[in-house]
Amino acid sequence: MKTITVRYFAMFREHAGVAEETLNVSAATAKDVFELTRDRHGSTEPNGHCKVAINDHMADWNTAVNDGDTVLLFPPVAGG
Amino acid sequence: MVIPSCCFRRSRAVDVIEVAESVIDTAALQRSLKNPAAGGYCAFEGWVRNENEGHVVERLEYEAYEPLVIVEGEKVLAEARELFPFLEARCVHRVGLLELGECAVWIGVASAHRDEAFKACRYIIDQIKVRLPIWKKEHYANGDSGWVNCERCAAHGIAD
Repeated sequence: MKTITVRYFAMFREHAGVAEETLNVSAATAKDVFELTRDRHGSTEPNGHCKVAINDHMADWNTAVNDGDTVLLFPPVAGG
Repeated sequence: MVIPSCCFRRSRAVDVIEVAESVIDTAALQRSLKNPAAGGYCAFEGWVRNENEGHVVERLEYEAYEPLVIVEGEKVLAEARELFPFLEARCVHRVGLLELGECAVWIGVASAHRDEAFKACRYIIDQIKVRLPIWKKEHYANGDSGWVNCERCAAHGIAD
């Protein structure tokens, strides 16, 4: 098990009811974290429409998650 | 004596992108791009519109994750400079509650010739919309609200 911090943004934060939380997970990749927290962020869409960052660096869904990491889950963006 | 054109360039290490919590002063931004080597300047302003997909919009709320807006935004500006060599570019994106007609995003590009300014401006806004961690919540006349691009992915949607 790994202890990670998950941060939720915009719609994800509103759905989760918290901006961030610390979780003990058996996730290997960012995609695993997205799936494990689906009931928290509330997305029913594939993760490919969303973005992920780890420790303030943009990552892809196959990026490995390590103990102590902060995983930032971004819903589909809509700037401009 | 002929002065090499490079001497007219102001030195700024990197093109700048910023996140703003209050009204964007577009006139001041335009002035900041003044450059004797520039033959022109092109700007794009994104404004808050009163309608989206059949919903009457009363105001917008923008949220941004600033640390990565800056990092990704600087990448976009560097790519634009590589593709369409210009003299200088600046970009500002608003966050918070915006009323109809307010400027949500401003992009300005100064260049020696118009082609680079037009093309770089277009490239920058197109990339900003799909890459930067910025989210837009529409507040509707009927009291509902919804995150743009998120309705389909949400377990709770506009009608929530």
